[in-house]
Amino acid sequence: MSLLERESAGVVMTPDNIRSKRLSVVVNFGIAVAALLLSAAIVLGTGIGNWVLVVVLGLAFYLLGLLFVASRVEGRRAGRDRMWKTLIYSACVLAILPLASVVWTLISKGYSRLDGNFFGSSMNNIGARDPDGGAYHAIIGTLEQVGIATLIAVPLGVLGAIYLVEYGRGKFATTVRFFVDVMTGIPSIVAGLFVLSFWVLIVSPWFNNGQPRFSGFAASLALTVLMLPTIVRSTEEMLRLVPGPLREGAYALGVPQWKTILRVVLPTALPGIVTGVMLAVARAAGETAPVLLVAGGAAAINFDPFAGNQSSLALFVYQQAGDASRYAPARAWTAALTLVAIVLILTVAAKLLARRNSLSK
Amino acid sequence: MGDYPSRSENAVTGDPGVAPRHTRAAGTGVSPSSYDEPPIGGGGALPRKKSFSMESGFRGLSVAAGAMVLVIIVAIAVFLISKAIPALGANTENFLTYTRWFPNESNPAFGIAALAFGTVLTSIIALIVAVPISLGIALFLSHYAPKSLATPLGFTIDLLAAVPSVVFGLWGRDVFQQPVNDFSVWLNKYFSWIPIFGGEGPFGQSIMLGGLVLAIMVLPIVTSLSREVFQQTPGMNEEAALALGATRWEMIRIAVIPYGRPGVIAAVMLGLGRALGETIALALTLGLVFNISFNIIEIGGNSVAANIATTFGEANETGRGALIASGLVLFAITLVVNMAARAIIYRRREFRDSAA
Repeated sequence: MSLLERESAGVVMTPDNIRSKRLSVVVNFGIAVAALLLSAAIVLGTGIGNWVLVVVLGLAFYLLGLLFVASRVEGRRAGRDRMWKTLIYSACVLAILPLASVVWTLISKGYSRLDGNFFGSSMNNIGARDPDGGAYHAIIGTLEQVGIATLIAVPLGVLGAIYLVEYGRGKFATTVRFFVDVMTGIPSIVAGLFVLSFWVLIVSPWFNNGQPRFSGFAASLALTVLMLPTIVRSTEEMLRLVPGPLREGAYALGVPQWKTILRVVLPTALPGIVTGVMLAVARAAGETAPVLLVAGGAAAINFDPFAGNQSSLALFVYQQAGDASRYAPARAWTAALTLVAIVLILTVAAKLLARRNSLSK
Repeated sequence: MGDYPSRSENAVTGDPGVAPRHTRAAGTGVSPSSYDEPPIGGGGALPRKKSFSMESGFRGLSVAAGAMVLVIIVAIAVFLISKAIPALGANTENFLTYTRWFPNESNPAFGIAALAFGTVLTSIIALIVAVPISLGIALFLSHYAPKSLATPLGFTIDLLAAVPSVVFGLWGRDVFQQPVNDFSVWLNKYFSWIPIFGGEGPFGQSIMLGGLVLAIMVLPIVTSLSREVFQQTPGMNEEAALALGATRWEMIRIAVIPYGRPGVIAAVMLGLGRALGETIALALTLGLVFNISFNIIEIGGNSVAANIATTFGEANETGRGALIASGLVLFAITLVVNMAARAIIYRRREFRDSAA
């Protein structure tokens, strides 16, 4: 009578024939082993490569074998589905490899100089044959430069975000928002050149008897240029998450808009803003090029960010990497380990803070 | 100017029964100009708008902070141009086509042809390697991995983005160089008939090493942006594809990728912007040689940004101007690439707020 009954007249519906056939895990594994063996036999037999080529060729054979067998068992479309799935999984493994290698190298090579001397002394009077020397001056430089940059960039960035969210309407606001996004892509070396041509070559001679002068403050300005768009963008996102009724409640009580923003909107969004600032600080702490161009780098300790060359941890890594002394690589790796530790602690803390933030969840 | 009728008017018309002004003004209301007193008899409860208040002051401050971004971008262009022009005037060769860099001589001669070539070639290699892998990871994170795996893996990829470039440069030079060197020798042995793998060596600090290190640095940017875009595919589209009997890959091909294409293009362009501007990693991994060669495995290669970092130390005034001129070119290129990418993102409104 009905369509269903007519169709099922000749065929008995059992679990076996309503489910399509699946490739069993054992066969899948078998293809993988066979592919690896075949590739090992070809590569090592003819001597055209080492184990890396065995793995790469093995993966290719596995993909082909899987495509062939799965097409036979499950149909062509399912075979292709399996092939792409394997490719996507292997892309993940491929991306983890360099990260694992970087982390392993940082720990194994950076461990050797992880001592009190490294954190307590500078590179002043350290010659090519001296195994000592440390990054105290560079750590001071990084802290001062990033600190000053944060002091400038945070008020500016938060105010800019307040403009975009609370006041900005129309074309000008759209333009500002667009260029904030564009500014996140400005290369750090260009920010360094900008501060070099603006601050170091034009402004700083006024304070230094007509002579251009490198300083840690100039590096802070360059880092500010790099931090500003990041802070504006993350703060803007957080301010947008503040519920409108909170603002309306404040307005209804007769609170002026500026007070609403300062006393209601900002405190609500504060955890998210702090997260964005920490991510920006982490990015700025790792920048080398601007510090190289406008702070010059120094071997001695310089506490004054407004006068004289200063180093930074990232610049220290770069300079030690280019140093011919046989003790330099150990210093470079230990400084790199310190830098990565600082940056990663900031980043992880920021992300954990973001996870606890009730606004974004 | 005044929001309220003046008091004298009020006294005459509104409140005829009240005594004339001069009788009640004993002590305080000496002058008729005391507009701040509210009018008698209610009405007008709102405070008067002052010409300068906290409100307008705060508003002005925030507008100025917003405008600061535009000011900085314009100032970058203005100051770089102002410092570049004298050096360009002293240049004895064509800045755009000359391949060497001798700006510190008495007859300065410098051009960015080789530098620009190296910049573009390393960036292209980086994108060719990084983009397929990034898209694979992005799809894995958004459509294949269970949530318990996707969260930590996405977190790890974000951490990869946070590692400073100088660390990647150091790693590329001290650790990654050896495998790349072996790979170059192998490529040269079996594929030297392809020009890009030709040459007699020595191999090592080559365009390929720089490009591969760049690829690792570009990877997290492209991955996190494309993942955001893929995750925003409307669930209805995916379910409709699956309901029609599509396999998972077919669903991705017909529902996810077409929907995310503009976002992926923008992500790739942002990655390109990062690759073009990368400085220290390339300064440590390239051979820093001034020539135009398509051979990617022999020692060589240079880039605009790496050249600025490596030759800045010995530059005199013209040399600095020359480096600033090359930085100006880099600024212009990255500005165009970034603006194009952002324009694509802005055209698709749904990407705007999350895919930053």
